[in-house]
Amino acid sequence: MINFHYVRASSITDAIGRMAADPGAKFIAGGTNLLDLMKEHVERPSQLIDISHLPLKRVEQTADGGVRIGALVPNTDLAYHPLIEARYPILSSALLAGASQQLRNMASVGGNLMQRTRCSYFYDTATPCNKREPNSGCSAIGGHNRGHAILGASESCIATHPSDMCVALAALDARVLLAGPSGERSMPISDFHRLPGDEPHRDNNLGPAEIITAVELPPRGFAAHSSYLKIRDRLSYAFALVSVAAALEMEGATIKEARLALGGVAHKPWRNADAEAALCGPAADGASFARAAEALLRGARGHAHNAFKIELARRAIVRTLMQAVRGTPQSQSNKKIA
Amino acid sequence: MLEQHPGSNPSEANPLSPPAKLAVTFVVNGVERQLDVAPWTSLLDALRDHLALTGTKKGCDHGQCGACTVLVNGRRINSCLTLAVMQEGAEVTTIEGLARDGALHPLQQAFVDHDAFQCGYCTPGQICSAVGLIAEGRAKSADEIRELMSGNICRCGAYPNIVAAIQQVIGRS
Repeated sequence: MINFHYVRASSITDAIGRMAADPGAKFIAGGTNLLDLMKEHVERPSQLIDISHLPLKRVEQTADGGVRIGALVPNTDLAYHPLIEARYPILSSALLAGASQQLRNMASVGGNLMQRTRCSYFYDTATPCNKREPNSGCSAIGGHNRGHAILGASESCIATHPSDMCVALAALDARVLLAGPSGERSMPISDFHRLPGDEPHRDNNLGPAEIITAVELPPRGFAAHSSYLKIRDRLSYAFALVSVAAALEMEGATIKEARLALGGVAHKPWRNADAEAALCGPAADGASFARAAEALLRGARGHAHNAFKIELARRAIVRTLMQAVRGTPQSQSNKKIA
Repeated sequence: MLEQHPGSNPSEANPLSPPAKLAVTFVVNGVERQLDVAPWTSLLDALRDHLALTGTKKGCDHGQCGACTVLVNGRRINSCLTLAVMQEGAEVTTIEGLARDGALHPLQQAFVDHDAFQCGYCTPGQICSAVGLIAEGRAKSADEIRELMSGNICRCGAYPNIVAAIQQVIGRS
């Protein structure tokens, strides 16, 4: 790693103040992605501001019946928290589908939101990459792009966001709570991450010196009818080629409300209101699931090596919806896809 | 207490300047250790290079192989992906700290009983990871053990015997 200064923030205010004073600084919590990127010289912070000990580690019910998750709650603790397991099982499932137990023990909720793409060209400082070095070009377009985006990509970047947790948070309509030099604000998770456009170096809409303090879940967790299905090259400990979060509100055999989010296919979790509307109604069957998949994948475009993801996503969407309707969510230890 | 030594003022930041050493204190295998380390020193390098505890192995150094797994405050982590200076006050347990009074830890004995290794390079990480796994109490079936041990790679392919060794200890606890 390149030399840097290390300091421990004494409070959230102190952390924000230090960041505002040094634009080259980075916050560090779990460090699982940031230190890896620093070893590769992809990230070269002038200073690491350690926030790992700040009091943002609680999972608590909110007045409106939702749940507030502190930004520093480790991924493991969140996945196994009784409130999350009982009321938001799709979030537990997505968390346990990601990384390894060692990494989940270290990684924080805020860090999971902030993690960067695993595009191999982003990691390889010998190659052009618009996300790493603006206006240097995209090596994945015309290069090896088997894992890359099929939706929402641009001429500048076809990287995907690697998180599983964020796909479940998108389906649950979570909000991200932020604090910065000019106070606190919050935004829907759908507004947090950005599409690459012509500024792929900007992963999200955090302002200067802003810090994630919490994630809030609305009261409804779709516990009876949800599933998270992750398709990857090996059965565990690999990033998604395609993942699907499906969460349904059902009355008998009728779908009253549907949430459908895709991971591994775009620069952010991918949702589409038309697809979700297409699912609502009495005929919750393969035909309506296929129509929803069609709508969600509208505009999908493959490159030389990843066009297979479009059909893979279509089938994964149908299968996940079947699991959700039946109330038989995908197990994250028995990998047989029922 | 973490103490910044002279020369560590951010305004003097220079990628080519010699590192400012930082003081950090943590407990390793029951013994308090005080170190002066460069900020980028991983916990793994601190254990191996500063404390001569070479039982913990460096495999990939990127959190992908699990050879560097140790327990911090009872939880298994990749020691290559955390900074030593971030572990102020922590209780670290490495493979060297598992045996008691000359008797192997039950998992160490089970790995011997089941011949759960070939070259042995991943074994300290596998065993520390399995100690964490059992403490978590989430794995009962072979499927669950395999899933929750997926952060530990064994290039020799000793997985069936590793799972059997862990099952033996879970069955007795």
